[in-house]
Amino acid sequence: MTNSIREIPSSAGFLVIGSNTTENHPVMGSMIKNAVINNGKKLIVVDPREIELSRYADYYFQIKPGTNIAILNGFMHVLIKEGLYDKTFVETRTEGLQELAKALEKYTPEYVAGICGLDNPEDIRKAARLMAELKPMALYYSMGITQFVSGVNGVKSTANLQMLLGNMGVPGGGVNPLRGQNNVQGACDMGALPVSYPAYQPVANEENKAKFEKAWGVNGLSVKPGLTIVEMFNAAIGGQLKAVYAMGENPVMSDPNQHHIIEALKSLEFLVVQDIFLTETAQYADVVLPSCAFLEKQGTASNTERRVQPMHKVLPPWGDARDDWWIISQIANRMGAKWDYKKSEDIFEEIRKVTPSYAGITYERIEKELIQWPCPTTDHPGTQYLHKDRFSRGLGLFTAIDYTPPAEGTDDEYPMILTTGRILEHFHTGTMSRNSRILDELVPEGFVQINPNDASNYNIADNEVISVSSRRGSIRIKAKITDKPKPNVVFIPFHFYEAAANVLTNDALDPACKIPEYKVCSCRIEKIA
Amino acid sequence: MEEITLLIDGREVKGKQGQTIIEVARENGINIPSLCYHPSVSKTGACRICLVRVNNRMLRPACVEPAINGMTVVTEDEDIVSMRKWILELLLSDGDHNCLYCDADGDCELQSLVKRYGVQEPRKDEPKRDRTVDNESSRGIKRNEYRCILCQRCVKACREIQVSNVWGFSERGFETRLIADDDQKIGESNCVLCGQCVQLCPTGALTYQTVLGRGANWELTKESSICIYCGVGCKIDFYKNREGMLVKSLGNYEGPNNGHLCVKGRFGFDFVQSPKRLSKPLIKRNGAFEEATWDEALNLVADKFAGIKAKNGPDSIAALSSAKCTNEENYLMQKFMRAVIGTNNVDHCARL
Repeated sequence: MTNSIREIPSSAGFLVIGSNTTENHPVMGSMIKNAVINNGKKLIVVDPREIELSRYADYYFQIKPGTNIAILNGFMHVLIKEGLYDKTFVETRTEGLQELAKALEKYTPEYVAGICGLDNPEDIRKAARLMAELKPMALYYSMGITQFVSGVNGVKSTANLQMLLGNMGVPGGGVNPLRGQNNVQGACDMGALPVSYPAYQPVANEENKAKFEKAWGVNGLSVKPGLTIVEMFNAAIGGQLKAVYAMGENPVMSDPNQHHIIEALKSLEFLVVQDIFLTETAQYADVVLPSCAFLEKQGTASNTERRVQPMHKVLPPWGDARDDWWIISQIANRMGAKWDYKKSEDIFEEIRKVTPSYAGITYERIEKELIQWPCPTTDHPGTQYLHKDRFSRGLGLFTAIDYTPPAEGTDDEYPMILTTGRILEHFHTGTMSRNSRILDELVPEGFVQINPNDASNYNIADNEVISVSSRRGSIRIKAKITDKPKPNVVFIPFHFYEAAANVLTNDALDPACKIPEYKVCSCRIEKIA
Repeated sequence: MEEITLLIDGREVKGKQGQTIIEVARENGINIPSLCYHPSVSKTGACRICLVRVNNRMLRPACVEPAINGMTVVTEDEDIVSMRKWILELLLSDGDHNCLYCDADGDCELQSLVKRYGVQEPRKDEPKRDRTVDNESSRGIKRNEYRCILCQRCVKACREIQVSNVWGFSERGFETRLIADDDQKIGESNCVLCGQCVQLCPTGALTYQTVLGRGANWELTKESSICIYCGVGCKIDFYKNREGMLVKSLGNYEGPNNGHLCVKGRFGFDFVQSPKRLSKPLIKRNGAFEEATWDEALNLVADKFAGIKAKNGPDSIAALSSAKCTNEENYLMQKFMRAVIGTNNVDHCARL
């Protein structure tokens, strides 16, 4: 997030697009509800499914999955056409408006409504006018913007809109991606990415190479960017990748196109899984290493607003489980490294030396202070919101972006659209939530949400077990008839291995960032009996 | 905001304009008792237990009375004590407050005040009425209206923090009672089990299903950490009993969550102590997993990685790091892949 959670009360309104906030980030969802319901703030929601927030929205757009960019372009078309954008901000803080305006010309509300499957183009005009009045408006998004082959362009479009509205670099504004895992922000910050060292310092850069060789006392660091997760499994099937070391990840459940992932795991020469349970992925491992769960660890985690927080050891390790850092160090040292970390803080002290944005953060400080990176020195208070007065590149750059359709279209054989996601009571691959009694009892099994129209067309009853198939596979799953999805769109949460949504999902990737298109693929529903 | 000075119990204390007496007092370490007041919700002014003497004249409820520059406040004198005792006796008479059978025993604000003011027994001749007990319908929350003092904290937690508006009051006066939605059982209402009403309940009227039989409140110890689920990073106080079993989790007010939690943060942690947890390294031999020592397992992994690296080059090995692990562990995993294996093949589920 460019901005902070505690700024929610200072926003005049919100655009929530591609985020079912009350289910996936419930505590923030409640904060937004409080602002809207109890304090009269405005809300615009864009989501292919009716979600709780859409009920409280001033404008709600139930778009066809995969058409975010079209509607964002539609809002911007109106803002430019009617001269409603923040001219001072655009003139002083940005560049590239002309190119953007040119690209936006054809995105009239009528044209956009056609792409998005909306009945009332006039609402796009009204919503854009409302946005222009909201000083400032905060934009929240989540995987409903990113998990498309056009994911990067979707993100850039949110930035275009917020720059056009002058909502960047001000408290209560910003482009705010809601991170879906407790330390996904930190894992990225720490360089658990194939293209960058800690603090997003590119690996394909001789200067960075030299810097880290010196810091780590090694030679010959690779300048060749590595493989992303989905590419790794393609390389495994291709025979180039021989071994995988998986720590706390469950790709059999979390990655798209499950059959393909299983084939990839089987073709590996050696698979090590380090986890707290014998997960679906661990079944394919050669060695399984038991690690400590989060309550058995000391360390730090960075939340969605870049706040670095201490995790304390609440419980002793389970059985003979060990800290993940201890296990990694042991393997490293048995391969010739001479690491001598005695506790997590020793590692954090090293992180501070090579990660400029974390340099001023210490274990002692975060026990008492709220610190968000960047925090370059120990007397720096941290950064509540980014891009104040200037963007990191200087001027904010508008990017002209065209709407492009999802990778897979519907046809006679697969006439419906499948979209996937999470539900309130469960989390990701279910490893944690399905092993928690109350959560498991609340929602014990998977389901597919089907619109009543489709249910009647296919003669499907509520709670009937049906078959859902895509070009990649087929699952049996209970039908839940609800008007939350539009006709012709079905939704499946991906937590349940018995009816795994990712058997069906498409592993087509965004060409730039390699994110898979979980949020839209074509499918077919059928009665079994 | 403008600074103001008050004289509370003869002590000069600073506050800000716009604060109420109780807020200034608590910021200065002066404990005025309260029941309906809770800093995380709007003020109710219902219970009157916080009555204090203002400017040596009238008694005013400290939770709603604005603090004014130059104000003199006495938080306890003979009249105030007898007034508080009387209020407590009335509260006790109108319910069934038997601590022996109550999950909140030892963690009850009403109980603390009864002990503090030496209330011996409830008034006997007060009328009684039948009330709701619902220990069954919800998987997370139990309800015993005989312990309810109508403070409204739960109503406000649901309206202002969770914003689900499940709890509300029905009827008026003596007949006033707490209802869920339009008088549903909790389990059948729109409650999403965030459990914030229980966290704010000053008595045992609302309690967690998970607590019973897991030790008395005074045996529990707590430690804070950060929730493992989504990216909001809620700070949680985890309570465990003498046997080391997790008993409950309460939202910590210093975290980004301001004390609030969702159903996963409230009830989603027994996986940590699940008997299905892995407790020994496993090595697959002839298609089946066998328990191994750490030395065996670690040596095997190191040898295999070294062998594959020597034969196929460093780029033939890849690692999945984890958004469920700490910064320190993610840092070490990428350092291991880059500095020891020699490849940039390291990624995690950021995109998934």
